[in-house]
Amino acid sequence: MTTSEIIALLPYQKPFLFVDGIDAISEDGITGYYKFKSDEPFYDGHFKNNPLTPGVILTECMAQIGLVCLGIYLSKDEFKENSNPQIALTSHEMDFYLPVLPEEKVMVISEKEVFRFNKLKCKVKMLNEKGELVARGLISGMMKT
Amino acid sequence: MKKDELIAKLKTIIAPYIQDEEAFKDLSEDTDFVKDLKINSANLVDIILDIEDEFDIRLENEDMEQMLDVKSAMAIVNSKLEA
Repeated sequence: MTTSEIIALLPYQKPFLFVDGIDAISEDGITGYYKFKSDEPFYDGHFKNNPLTPGVILTECMAQIGLVCLGIYLSKDEFKENSNPQIALTSHEMDFYLPVLPEEKVMVISEKEVFRFNKLKCKVKMLNEKGELVARGLISGMMKT
Repeated sequence: MKKDELIAKLKTIIAPYIQDEEAFKDLSEDTDFVKDLKINSANLVDIILDIEDEFDIRLENEDMEQMLDVKSAMAIVNSKLEA
């Protein structure tokens, strides 16, 4: 399965797709990236006259790359053509270290901890373009193919 | 394994994941993980993984599907321990 096939299977679209590309993927983990565009709708409200990427959106970006893309790859044998994965975020525990501004590109690195009985749990971190740690934590989700 | 001992071990494993304290206090063999204890499907997987570690057994998809209440969990653990 190619990385573009994985992205095509993602059940998201603009303005809630936070995956631009995947650099590396294996049974053990994934590295991917996203650039926050200055016209993302949440910048209008978060914050007034001071656009900063909300932590929930950073978490979402980490979940989309770190769990959903990886989960699709790990379940690749179960995917039929036009299949529509059903996914749910089930828990996350996240620490944030630096803000992310509009037009910043972030890298998400996720390491698989457990993938059994449709539950995927990963240790996920986000770095900015300088390689500085933006956020890190644990995210779990369930997936049905 | 003796019934009381097994229930006590299961109760310790389940405790971190329950959402209904009252139902947990009255836990019996008939207690249903989802209906009574309000455990979500992701935490049900955590319980399965914790059971594997505690009893040093390996559970499969069909075990997971059957493990709906305390009674069925006890039966599955005992059958694996005897196997």
